[in-house]
Amino acid sequence: MTMLPENPSAKKLGLVIDLDICVGCHACVVNCKEWNTGSEGAPLSDVNAYGAQQTGAWLNRIHTFEVTTDSTAQVVHFPKSCLHCTDAPCVTVCPTGASYKRVEDGIVLVNEDHCIGCGLCAWACPYGAREMDPVEQVMKKCTLCVDRIYNENLPEEDRVPACVRTCPTGARAFGDLGDPDSDVSQLVRERGGFDLMPEQQTSPVNKYLPPREKRHLIASDRASTEPEANSSKPDVEGFWGWVDSALAKLS
Amino acid sequence: MKTQPVINTQPKVSDEIRKTTCYMCACRCGINVHLKDGDIRYIEGNRDHPVNQGVLCAKGSAGIMQHNSPARLRAPLKRVGPRGSGQFEEISWDEALETASQWLGEVREKDPKKLAFFTGRDQSQALTGWWAQQYGTPNFAAHGGFCSVNMAAAGIYTLGGAFWEFGSPDWELTQLFMMFGVAEDHDSNPIKMGIGRLKNRGVRVISVNPVQTGYSAVADDWVSITPGTDGLLIQSLIYELLRTNQIDLEYLIRYTNAPWLVIDAPGTEKHGLFARNEDGDPQVLCQSTGQLMSYKAKGIKPNLTNSTTDHDGTRLVSVFSLMIDAWFSDQYAPEATESRTGVPASRVKQLAAELAQVAFEQEIEIPIEWTDWKGEKHQSMKGRPVSMHAMRGISAHSNGFQTCRALHILQLLLGSVDVPGGFRFKPPYPKSVDMHPKPAGHADSIKPGQPLSGAPLGYPRSPDDLLIDDEGRPVRIDKAFSWDAPLSAHGLMHMVISNAHAGDPYPVDVLFMYMANMAWNSSMNSAGVIEMLTDVDPENGDYKIPKLIYSDAYSSEMVAYADLVLPDTTYLERHDCISLLDRPICEPDAVADAIRWPVVELKRNVRGFQSVLLDLGARLGLPGMVDDNGAPKYRDYADYIVNHQRKPGVGPLAGFRGDGAAVGRGDPNSKQLDSYIENGGFWMHELPDAARYYKAQNADYQQFAVDMGFYDAPAPYLYQIYSEELQKFRLAAEGFGPKQPPEHLRERVRQCFTPLPEWYAPFEGDMVSESEFPIYALTQRPMAMYHSWGSQNPWLRQIHGHNPLFVSSEIAKQHAIHDGDWVWVRSHHGRIKVQAVVMHALNPNTVWTWNAIGKRKGAWQLDPDAPEATKGFLLNHLIHELLPERGDGLRWSNSDPITGQAAWYDLKVSIEKADPDDPGVYPEFPTIEAPGNLVKPASTVTYGVQFQKAKGERS
Repeated sequence: MTMLPENPSAKKLGLVIDLDICVGCHACVVNCKEWNTGSEGAPLSDVNAYGAQQTGAWLNRIHTFEVTTDSTAQVVHFPKSCLHCTDAPCVTVCPTGASYKRVEDGIVLVNEDHCIGCGLCAWACPYGAREMDPVEQVMKKCTLCVDRIYNENLPEEDRVPACVRTCPTGARAFGDLGDPDSDVSQLVRERGGFDLMPEQQTSPVNKYLPPREKRHLIASDRASTEPEANSSKPDVEGFWGWVDSALAKLS
Repeated sequence: MKTQPVINTQPKVSDEIRKTTCYMCACRCGINVHLKDGDIRYIEGNRDHPVNQGVLCAKGSAGIMQHNSPARLRAPLKRVGPRGSGQFEEISWDEALETASQWLGEVREKDPKKLAFFTGRDQSQALTGWWAQQYGTPNFAAHGGFCSVNMAAAGIYTLGGAFWEFGSPDWELTQLFMMFGVAEDHDSNPIKMGIGRLKNRGVRVISVNPVQTGYSAVADDWVSITPGTDGLLIQSLIYELLRTNQIDLEYLIRYTNAPWLVIDAPGTEKHGLFARNEDGDPQVLCQSTGQLMSYKAKGIKPNLTNSTTDHDGTRLVSVFSLMIDAWFSDQYAPEATESRTGVPASRVKQLAAELAQVAFEQEIEIPIEWTDWKGEKHQSMKGRPVSMHAMRGISAHSNGFQTCRALHILQLLLGSVDVPGGFRFKPPYPKSVDMHPKPAGHADSIKPGQPLSGAPLGYPRSPDDLLIDDEGRPVRIDKAFSWDAPLSAHGLMHMVISNAHAGDPYPVDVLFMYMANMAWNSSMNSAGVIEMLTDVDPENGDYKIPKLIYSDAYSSEMVAYADLVLPDTTYLERHDCISLLDRPICEPDAVADAIRWPVVELKRNVRGFQSVLLDLGARLGLPGMVDDNGAPKYRDYADYIVNHQRKPGVGPLAGFRGDGAAVGRGDPNSKQLDSYIENGGFWMHELPDAARYYKAQNADYQQFAVDMGFYDAPAPYLYQIYSEELQKFRLAAEGFGPKQPPEHLRERVRQCFTPLPEWYAPFEGDMVSESEFPIYALTQRPMAMYHSWGSQNPWLRQIHGHNPLFVSSEIAKQHAIHDGDWVWVRSHHGRIKVQAVVMHALNPNTVWTWNAIGKRKGAWQLDPDAPEATKGFLLNHLIHELLPERGDGLRWSNSDPITGQAAWYDLKVSIEKADPDDPGVYPEFPTIEAPGNLVKPASTVTYGVQFQKAKGERS
């Protein structure tokens, strides 16, 4: 059993993911893999890489599903990675202390040197956000690119997680969700950002922005209920009359 | 509590960053390749690059795996077993090049058209097309004919440019964005970036698409249309705009040919042509004087509505009045089209009302002075902020050309082409059809040992420009620019093997292909094509296609059918230029081009195809590729990129010319590539403010274009709502002129070549029995795989390892199909057995799948039991390159009758549940052997482990 920090910093780094504009392109997924497989710690390995049952360790995945009602069907793309929970059950369940939540910024990490690959943390995580590396048998998870965000070897604008840096639609934002005045906190307030599965009482730091209400400029019934709209016959004479008067106004 | 571990938050990322251009698809984004200990540590988007501005997609990020693919070819190969056996012997480059040049040389001296040279996803067409020209064969094209030529050609003939490379929405100013048939493929990062921006600005996004995937899923409005009816929906939108009197008359008068007068003399050879003056200028009726005047006359106010007569009493009518006659008619009323399009009339009315509301109630004006082509000064630039984008979904139908034209005309009626907030051209576009070459290769100009007089591909203006012989037979192997497909500006690559095999119009001696997987996903009727490639002439025992040279970087399905394999490099090992002479990467406000350069060391015995082509050209003594002494003129492709001049001062790259500071025009600069590398792999030059909009009619832009070397004198023009080019073909079909279509095509030309687009039903659906094949079947490219050169990539294949058939919930209900069921899908041509997944957000009468995920067993260094082969499939097996027989014994190409665009999306099928006790994909093909020198890959990939040593040193 591992303890969460007793006196955590107010800083809570995390991601804000906009479901309104995520098109499910997997850019974040693969760029994450690409960055992190070459990072400190075990590579994110792939087994049966060229064969059947190909699988590998990923820190971020996109789930695509349909939400249907009797009359509508909506495809939703849902990116999911570690949510860096304030009350992280993956940390408290860890028997070796390998899983921990950083005091200074709240990032949940795995100390691979102490990980025995027991998989309890993956079992405890209600989000399925941890993956066992199939080769090294150590637990892999989103590090929030801790080797990027403070890294002075990178230009300042690149000190964000790889998934944020690469996202083509701009559906991912990174920042301090513990600071109510930060850009990401404001975004969450403005857009009604929500916790994933709050009933699990994990207090996730990452937030999701819900799809915006669909914008319609004109109610679908207005155009069709205009008086003249019911006539399907073209009023060609009337049209030419309009052209003549419109042209007169032009000249 | 224990102290937490100390972690290294400051690792050195890489030893060096090299900036080049991605080639994981056709977007051509800028990438920063981080190198560490000689290996690729990381690839990210280049923030300064005009295309992707720092972002990078899944494919680009998986480039490490593509570059290190075990399917990379390693050395030139000579076939030693039967075709398709995969039995090859490694040979030296000397032997490979000698063999190739001997084969090619023999053909060139005998009859150069017996070489068919087709390059697939080639990004060097400015070179490959020139090479074909210098060789002297008209039989050249790249993959546009089976991709999106309808889009490109309709754009050129109508506006002088279409979408993607030609132009883009005004992302900053547009207030309504409407997409037609856009999956998440071409132009993918820019569209994704744009949609994100629009949604954050609160701009409404509409997607018309039978399938709700990526972009459609985030659109405010998803319009689930019946495949192949987009043109009909567009005509209904036009009808609604006319009915509600909401079109931009001033724009039509100023910027389009709507006021031009057309000869109304049915039954004569002049009917439907423009009424021209002695100088050949189309004329308009002057509003104030009532006289006929050239449309070019300064200060003239053309009449839009009245008919008149010319000096000999022939009636003349304006294009505008013909438009109204054609489109403001019962057949296009939303109530009349809803049953075919599946889009309810009320929805059509709403969409039209929204387009009009934004266009006419949210007019924007930016305070930039500009001068139009007649010299008239304007204080500001006015715009209607409605923008559109379309791609393969509307293009890959047999009615795609006219659909694309209709879409452009909808844009014009709204006054939203190349205006603030609308659709904007990217230089060197717009360029009217008149500024493009005509296709070279008339029968009498193909001579042994001689080059062609011009480029093989171009834009015909009339039947006179067709490449046909005196009997009207096609000159080209793919029958491009013949009556089969008169405006086939990109050729018909999908017909080459079929025609060569049939010897129709003639057999070929050598088939030479590059990056074109014709033995699999790039062909219709893949099994048939495999048979054609292996079919032997019983008389002499030779293959019917006697010699096949193929160049590819990877062990694709096609490699097994080659006699000689010229192995290409990966995109990180090569020089390339993304040239203004080819398919440009400019932005509306800037001219840009880019390079690739070898950012990692090449360690295999392979060579960049373009360097090989230049080597072959020199061995063959092709003009322009050898100097006066017959010695090679270019050391390699890099040398060509820097020193080749298409005309004095204009070469493949427009930046850093002359002394290094010249742009557009300038002498070759030996340090040019170094300058590109220093500049991040690309070059960009901004347009002056006054040139930013109305480019086709903007004097400032026209001068800019001349300065840049796009053309040599200003070439302003008006948009062509009415296409006189099409009418000329139609007149021929009506019996006028010396060039007459063959009888079996006459009626089709007459019906389809309408000078104003009119919708007709896609051919296949019209020809097969509706009761027998009631369902539409489509493919899309997945975002993570589009154009990404195979699914051997171990990362991407974990995302799309096999492709199910997505079946609409309505069809599923009708046939009691559930997720995972195996189903038989039949077309007029064949049947396949595949696994189904039920999808609700799908047109009720449609099934679809991801394209090109299915692989043949043994190809791409995948294990034979890989799901790509055991579950993945191609819809191609259901699609024939020919339409069903029509009762006259003839079968037409399954293509657009105007451009020859492969009509992939016309497919109609039936579906039934398969026996659950007999699962498995059908058809199955025997495993092909990988070329023997390829090493079977380790099953485990631990990329990045090589950087661990460095980690140990640090900690």
